[in-house]
Amino acid sequence: MKALLELSNVGMKFDTPKGQFEALKDVNLKIDSGEFVSLIGHSGCGKSTVLNIVAGLLQATDGGVILDKHEVTEPGPERAVVFQNHSLLPWLTAFENVELAVKQVFRKTKSKAEIRDWVEHNLELVHMAHAMHKKPDEISGGMKQRVGIARALAMQPQVLLMDEPFGALDALTRAHLQDSLMEIHAQLGTTVIMITHDVDEAVLLSDRIVMMTNGPSATIGEILEVTVPRPRDRLALADDPTFVRCRQRVLQFLYEKQRKVEPLPRRNSAKAEANRKRA
Amino acid sequence: MVTLTFPTWMEPYRALVTGKMTGEQWQTLLRQLIWPVLGMAVFLLLWQLAAQRIDTSLGQFPGPADVWEQAGTLVDEHQATRAKEEAFHERQEKYIASRLEQQPEWEPVYRDYTGAPTFFDQIGTSLITVMSGFLLASVIAIPLGIFIGLSNTAHAAMNPLIQLFKPVSPLAWLPLVTMVVSAVYVSDDPLVAKSFLTSMFTVTLCCLWPTLMNTAVGVTSVSQDLTNVSKVLRLNALSHVGKIVLPSALPMMFTGLRLSLGIAWMVLIAAEMLAQNPGLGKFVWDEFQNGSSQSLGRIMVAVIVIGLIGFLLDRLMLMLQRALVWDKSSVQR
Repeated sequence: MKALLELSNVGMKFDTPKGQFEALKDVNLKIDSGEFVSLIGHSGCGKSTVLNIVAGLLQATDGGVILDKHEVTEPGPERAVVFQNHSLLPWLTAFENVELAVKQVFRKTKSKAEIRDWVEHNLELVHMAHAMHKKPDEISGGMKQRVGIARALAMQPQVLLMDEPFGALDALTRAHLQDSLMEIHAQLGTTVIMITHDVDEAVLLSDRIVMMTNGPSATIGEILEVTVPRPRDRLALADDPTFVRCRQRVLQFLYEKQRKVEPLPRRNSAKAEANRKRA
Repeated sequence: MVTLTFPTWMEPYRALVTGKMTGEQWQTLLRQLIWPVLGMAVFLLLWQLAAQRIDTSLGQFPGPADVWEQAGTLVDEHQATRAKEEAFHERQEKYIASRLEQQPEWEPVYRDYTGAPTFFDQIGTSLITVMSGFLLASVIAIPLGIFIGLSNTAHAAMNPLIQLFKPVSPLAWLPLVTMVVSAVYVSDDPLVAKSFLTSMFTVTLCCLWPTLMNTAVGVTSVSQDLTNVSKVLRLNALSHVGKIVLPSALPMMFTGLRLSLGIAWMVLIAAEMLAQNPGLGKFVWDEFQNGSSQSLGRIMVAVIVIGLIGFLLDRLMLMLQRALVWDKSSVQR
């Protein structure tokens, strides 16, 4: 079977006042349809850069990304992104936020009633039907992230990209959302790439865990197949030998092989530079 | 048995009447009523004391009582003028009716009453002028601000000009505006008076800047996340501005609009005074030139009315802001 998404020799160099900075080098990855892949690594290792390149928000300086036979050159709804801090429009209700995306994607193919039904369907999927006419600042952080996921799912993306989606949430809320996400993934079979720095989260949710080395010139260090059968239950998994072994492998990679010695100010300034390209 | 419900701000007063005041209600009462009234009373007292010690060539400086009296006179004058005007129109109607009886083929000529504008007419003129100037400024500044905020090139090109013209006093613009309006606005049957245009354009030129700057800043500070959402959704330029940029910038834009309206009102009075254009400014100047013993009192009435209108205009903008802006925390007092 041919991979749905293919990253070949992806590299990323940023121009900084101190010269060129190579953030990513030779990232090669093939992802099959329906697969759930996590990217894990220490902060600043370029996980977000990889995700932004797949999203089309950044253009790789070397190599390229092919999604379903088309090269990725710009952002688009077929690669919907769930951002870390929900990124809902604060002046719109949950319903209107999702509606904006649905109207944009299905304007030509769905009738008004169908659009409304589709928005409601997706909000129900993330268990947000009860609060769909509330504005973002009237609902909790976890609920906002649910709406963010509903908005991304409503675009019917070929790949769902999630940038540390639960990073800003408390542990209990995070567990709820992880369960919801597993449920949705089982139901829809969406292809997902998720960035995380939570080892348990990565093992629980993923089919494969892609571990990244520390930068500069970060690349893929190891790829771990998580063979734990689905559906997975977090309580039963706590002492499942496969689960424990996978967890061990990731921890070893992060804290023995890629132990982070010191913060690298040079890299940070390069990242900041890239983020601040408009300023 | 009738149960009355009171709005929350009235609660302390109800408690005062019924004699059941809590400590917190006393605090509210002090803050809402007693301190402001006390502040006002002290001010009036100091004013009275100071006024007694100031002798001008137009007589003693007016105290609060004199000013109150003059306010009454201004109301009376206004009513008297209105009565005269009505009488004039009645006479005209009668004359036309009687002449038409004798000469049915005669084309009647209606004339307007040409008495001097009263204090209240001047208030009306000033309000219309300030709103026109402010609206024109907003119509220019908001789109331009959005453009500057969106485009780094436009910002680089226009920023020096903005910085240069922003601090210019209205009085400096006034002669130029007057001359240009006289030269350009030539019409046998003018829709509006030249003086109105001069005042309006001066107001526009001076109150453009806060709205322009704040809109531009509001647009520049649209969060990167929301811009990314817009990119992922592939919103075209128009929807990007309409659905993401404008709502994001709205709180800042309103801050600018409120500042602009405040400046507009201040500038207008100065412009009217200097250019002898109809309005409250002209009223003040006329009274000053008049130099009667009541003049200072009448000017003082105008000063208070100008302050009051400025305050009301600001409240109006605040209400509009509260009604329209999604981010309630951005609405300051």
